[in-house]
Amino acid sequence: MMTDAPKRTPLYDLHVELGGKMVDFAGWEMPVQYPMGIMGEHKQCREKAGLFDVSHMGQVILKGADIAAKLETIAPSAFTTLKEGKARYTFFTNDAGGIMDDLIVSNAGDHFFVVVNASMRHQDIPHMAKHLDGVEVIEIFDRALVAVQGPAAEAVVGDLCPAARDMKFMETIVADIMGVECRLSRLGYTGEDGYEISIPEDKAVEITRALLAHEDCAPAGLGARDSLRLEAGLCLYGNDIDNDTTPVEAALTWAMQKRRREEGGFPGAARIQKELAEGAARKLVGIKPTGRAPARQGVEVQSPEGETIGMITSGGFGPTVGGPVAMGYVATEQAAPGQAVNLIIRGKAQPAEIVALPFVTQNYKR
Amino acid sequence: MTTYYSEEHEWITVEGETATLGITQHAADQLGEIVFCEQKEVGDTFDKAEEIGVIESVKAASEIYAPLDGEVIEANPALEENPGALNENPEGEAWIYKIKLTDAAQLEDLMDLDGYKAFIG
Repeated sequence: MMTDAPKRTPLYDLHVELGGKMVDFAGWEMPVQYPMGIMGEHKQCREKAGLFDVSHMGQVILKGADIAAKLETIAPSAFTTLKEGKARYTFFTNDAGGIMDDLIVSNAGDHFFVVVNASMRHQDIPHMAKHLDGVEVIEIFDRALVAVQGPAAEAVVGDLCPAARDMKFMETIVADIMGVECRLSRLGYTGEDGYEISIPEDKAVEITRALLAHEDCAPAGLGARDSLRLEAGLCLYGNDIDNDTTPVEAALTWAMQKRRREEGGFPGAARIQKELAEGAARKLVGIKPTGRAPARQGVEVQSPEGETIGMITSGGFGPTVGGPVAMGYVATEQAAPGQAVNLIIRGKAQPAEIVALPFVTQNYKR
Repeated sequence: MTTYYSEEHEWITVEGETATLGITQHAADQLGEIVFCEQKEVGDTFDKAEEIGVIESVKAASEIYAPLDGEVIEANPALEENPGALNENPEGEAWIYKIKLTDAAQLEDLMDLDGYKAFIG
């Protein structure tokens, strides 16, 4: 599949100039960290602002009639009630009720704007083209996507674009930045306040440099992005959610509005509605190791009696927490916060506790 | 007192029949910020190339492989509370083990400092 040379975003040269350590991620050459290091970049983002290149994600424009209603046939969120200028987290489901990908859908007035995972672009674009009858599905290749995340994000972005200051969480606007039209959306993947800014590629470096020129803004790589989202309890597609996990198991039913839960009408509705009514056999939970050893993806979770009850799907060191943090699926009857479990790390049982997600309080601009 | 280096990026400083073992600064730099070090216990014996510990950085877990046969006579207790010392001073205070050598002849398979420098380029 990935035999092609890795692709580069419009910011590639800037990453190298800034000392970014480049790695292959989903077929893209991306910075995993800069000289500041993952720990420093993580804290920078929690305390000030971090800037991430997320241009590898798929930006898609949907044009045509009745897009909202058509989207509701492939995703279980409400779109017909999504107002212009608003964004919504959602996911495509398969016929078995599993999650094909998670994504952000925005109502941009005369069109819809969609951002999908880099690793799932090849699936999602044809999926939308096939199922959104009469809708033009236009994948955008000539725009960068830059995320500015952290408590100082409003100051950093607001300096270049005053309109950004007036936005609230999950709002999206088109606004001028340094003479070009950009799309700003007040959301992100770190648990912090912040923006994702879609920028025409020929101005991407110039605007990114201007954002980084703010004293409270520094570049951050994929390493910090992962530890930030993990502490914030946000799912990573391919780790925590995939074709074999349902929204009920993944505790994502908040993204399914009441009407959709009741009416169904999306792929896998039979299973998902059954689980909504009766509960699922397993549940995605936070897991806090008691000791210092990080528990990573694939680590087995056992009950104190030694019975296998689940598996870690994401885990590592949480710089803000100051210790290891993890997420994983466990049997629902043993998924209550406070439940003691053991994690089998390199053959040894290490004590841990089920905890409520997120590990750090989300800091959104409501 | 002579210091030897392995291709697995360990250093080993020999004094008579005992030696101190750790990872090189080069290895620490490659691993990134270290958050955990799992060590064997005093009295554990091991063979050359056997896994004798794990170092976890924010990025990933990496095994430590024994550069020769031996027995653990001390595991640095400071690393449990302060694994980050492995980034700061891995060739000094952040040593990992003191060991008893089983087969001193195996030292001949290791590199000296110049050899190691050439090895890491």
